[in-house]
Amino acid sequence: MAETTIQQHQGEHEAGKLGMWIFLFTELFLFGGLFLVYAVLRATYSADFHRGAEELDAFVGTLNTVILLISSMTVAMSITAIRRKESGKALLLLVTTILLAGLFMVNKYFEWSHKLELKIYPGSPVLENMERGELLFFGLYYMTTGLHALHVLIGMILLTITAAKVRSKQITSESYLLLENGALYWHLVDLIWIFLFPLLYLVT
Amino acid sequence: MEKPGHHILSYNSLLGVLVALLSLTALSVWITNFNFGTLSVGVALLVAAIKGATVLTYFMHLKFESRILKLMVGGVFLLFALVIIITFIDYLLR
Repeated sequence: MAETTIQQHQGEHEAGKLGMWIFLFTELFLFGGLFLVYAVLRATYSADFHRGAEELDAFVGTLNTVILLISSMTVAMSITAIRRKESGKALLLLVTTILLAGLFMVNKYFEWSHKLELKIYPGSPVLENMERGELLFFGLYYMTTGLHALHVLIGMILLTITAAKVRSKQITSESYLLLENGALYWHLVDLIWIFLFPLLYLVT
Repeated sequence: MEKPGHHILSYNSLLGVLVALLSLTALSVWITNFNFGTLSVGVALLVAAIKGATVLTYFMHLKFESRILKLMVGGVFLLFALVIIITFIDYLLR
């Protein structure tokens, strides 16, 4: 009897994880459409894209890349911790991840406010007077990084719920599907940034 | 042989993966000093693809998952790449 229950539980865990992966595939294609738009516009307006990318702060972009990579590691470590029955450590690692995500958003805030000070925002007169390609570059910049930042916020909420459940012992070494799926979501956010960062900030 | 999905990655190996990813990030910033001309997007995407594969394999634990999940993820990424590449080629050759 106990054997079947464990097998059943294992099956539910695997199915739950598979469902999360399928959801992540849809996310991939959501951003994929934007990558395609980038490819086509870049081919059409390469000189304007060159100028646009030079306006972006590669340092802030690099800093945010490092922050997301470290947070990806801490969330992966929290799974190791929970499976080794070290739930205190798992909670600490999750909170670290959420704080790093917050730091990413703070950087994003400063980056965007600087752009606003320069009056570069969708529909601004400064932007409308730029070359057509530059206008499109910044449109794409706000669209892709904005959609990504929304994912960071959702990830923060998801990981906060997960952390609360680790704290209240609803997530344990026996049952940690939510933690695993939350971590998968967070890795996807990192994965998308890995591609956005060089395309927007580095390739000039 | 362990059952798929049952391998626990140690803290040290996860730290090792992070070091590799940070090195690749440094590489991607450093190579912007060189001008690859039209290939620069390709070079940047190559480094990004290696980083992405590392995240998928270790952080997202794919290396230790069941064969069916590996095939699914591999298949979807292949489809994703084909959609992007074929559409882009179509655009370029118009």
